[in-house]
Amino acid sequence: MNESLYVQLLDLACGAFVLAAVLVLWRRDLGAIVRLFAAQGFALAALVVVLGAHDSDAGLVAVGVAVGVLRAVVLPLLLRRALPAGGEARETEPLVNVAASLLVAALLALLAYAVTRPVVALEPSPATHAAPVALTVVLIGFFVLATRRRALAQVVGFLLVDNGITALAFLTTSGVPLVVELGVSLDLLLAVLVLRVLTARMRAAFGGTDLDDLQELRD
Amino acid sequence: MGVLLVVPIVLPLLAAGACAVFGWRFTAWTGAVAAAGVLGAGVALATRVMSRPRTGLDGFLRADALTAYMLIVIGAVALLAALASPAYLAAERAADHVTDADLRRYGVLGQAFVAAMALAVLASSLGVLWIAVEATTVLTAFLVGFRRTRNATEAAWKYVVICSAGIALAFLGIVLLNFAARHAHVPASGALDWASLAGHAGGLDPGVMRIAVALLVLGFGTKAGLAPMHAWLPDAHSQAPAPVSALMSGVLLSVAFYAVLRVRVIADAALGTGFMRTVLLIVALASLLVAAALLLAQRDYKRLLAYSSIEHMGLLALGTAIGTPLALSAVLLHVLGHGLVKSVAFLASGFVQQAFGSSRVDAVRGLLARGPLVGGCLGAALLALLGFPPFSLFASELGIFRAGFSAGLGWAAGAALALLAAVLAAVAARTGRMLLGAPAPSGPGAVAFPVTVRPAASAAFALLLGLAACAALGVTAWPLQPLLDHAAAVLGGRP
Repeated sequence: MNESLYVQLLDLACGAFVLAAVLVLWRRDLGAIVRLFAAQGFALAALVVVLGAHDSDAGLVAVGVAVGVLRAVVLPLLLRRALPAGGEARETEPLVNVAASLLVAALLALLAYAVTRPVVALEPSPATHAAPVALTVVLIGFFVLATRRRALAQVVGFLLVDNGITALAFLTTSGVPLVVELGVSLDLLLAVLVLRVLTARMRAAFGGTDLDDLQELRD
Repeated sequence: MGVLLVVPIVLPLLAAGACAVFGWRFTAWTGAVAAAGVLGAGVALATRVMSRPRTGLDGFLRADALTAYMLIVIGAVALLAALASPAYLAAERAADHVTDADLRRYGVLGQAFVAAMALAVLASSLGVLWIAVEATTVLTAFLVGFRRTRNATEAAWKYVVICSAGIALAFLGIVLLNFAARHAHVPASGALDWASLAGHAGGLDPGVMRIAVALLVLGFGTKAGLAPMHAWLPDAHSQAPAPVSALMSGVLLSVAFYAVLRVRVIADAALGTGFMRTVLLIVALASLLVAAALLLAQRDYKRLLAYSSIEHMGLLALGTAIGTPLALSAVLLHVLGHGLVKSVAFLASGFVQQAFGSSRVDAVRGLLARGPLVGGCLGAALLALLGFPPFSLFASELGIFRAGFSAGLGWAAGAALALLAAVLAAVAARTGRMLLGAPAPSGPGAVAFPVTVRPAASAAFALLLGLAACAALGVTAWPLQPLLDHAAAVLGGRP
């Protein structure tokens, strides 16, 4: 692959990847949030495929396709089925409003650039230069996790964190060893399934999934 | 030789399979057999790995003295929990809190949980260790939410979300460590392997390593119940069934802390001892402070035990920060002693909760008069947790503080001692009336009918066994001393 085309494709995939995370902060409709998450999974898969094509590494391309199947198809389907038939399809007023959230996202991006400086310095390749983008997504995921009140929105926050970490793994070292990658994906799938079951139980016990109801256990 | 490394993982999995096929009623005791097997394999490995580490399954598993020691801890605590489980669950079933299907699920998940912990300490790679620790979260989620009440569901949700997010930080650390290792010319296949990482630690880039190590300590610290990521622990440990609380408090926290201990070896070689010591001192003192502050006003005795776990994890972090051979072997002894008595305390409090129908401190009065055995065991376990002799926690805490003062960290050890005094006062004030007091109930929430606490013989045996083992270790740790010394040497970076 031509070097400048490689860099352009890489930047395009990274841009879509971080844009999806920022849009999650903007949208309040839970269905739209799940669609954005699927789009981000697709961008991540594209990122891995581009890296694989550049290194002429067929195995890496295959891993990219597998990542895409899991994160752009399977997980969004699981989340979609956890959406309730009617009613609470929207995030209630989050703890931090949308304008402030977007501002925070910008600050988190600055923080990500500051923190990853040693990483970029160690190997200044085009892929490693994109490492701050991946860390930005991780931080935005934590922010969603901390400020959203619907159970499903929290799960998406958790998955954003995981997408960001996976992106960082591929950008820095073309991924962790395969056995680890497989185990991580399995654990991720199981954790989402567990959270889905718990969401259903919560709806049965509390009549909703507003996490503000989780107030009984405290000191 | 390789067989001994596989046994601790396969035996609990077989027990889980048996329970899935035949149901809880017929397999209630297989858990105890599997746990005894894990303990036996740990002891057998201990005699073989002291000279040099052994590997199994093509290097996928590795056992050194530290691994063998952790297997002994897992086996011992799992044995206590498995001995008490049938009596505890029979009472839950009789009270119609759970169904037969729930019991089957308990058997399967509980045993798979033990297998995951064994895999965590046997894994030769940091990545596999991470997978095993995250698997424990997934497996125990339904055990925490076992009773399906509002509170149990709430605790399970917080547990999965906070622990999964926390452990994701550790994975971020692993990714960065992998990156640094590749640049230090560690071969790709062994880039996350403990031994090759320790061997190449000198070449790891310090800038990247600082970020990686901080993330790893924060991430595994979440699962180990260390402040500031401890918020899930009191909820999960107080809502889970008593034998699961015993396993989670007694060993799961220590297994997560084991990961911190292994990371420290690499971090010290790559960054010098100062960085890890600073990080550990911060989390140690923060954990002790959180535990002392929240114990002072605690009204729930299961939560009280959970905060006591945070306190003891803080002590482990303090001992590891000090890092001299004396401190490290005291830390390891503390892991076993705490595991034994904390599980006794949780098992006893489970029977108390079943008898009184409440886990509120003011609902329980005159426990020693109503159930001398359970009351006595709970009292003795609390004394042990507060660091009274003859229990081994006295010896190990003494070791940690002596090492602290002689290593020039007197200020930290002094602050920790002051916080321990606050813990002592809080626990004594809260539990004194619970145990002693007049048997006549009074106050809101008290039970109006006479309650007796009398668990089955097998459960009573488990309580007494745990206390006796801890007391014996306190009097003399000689059977374990060579193993402790070798494991501490592994932790000091000398294989």
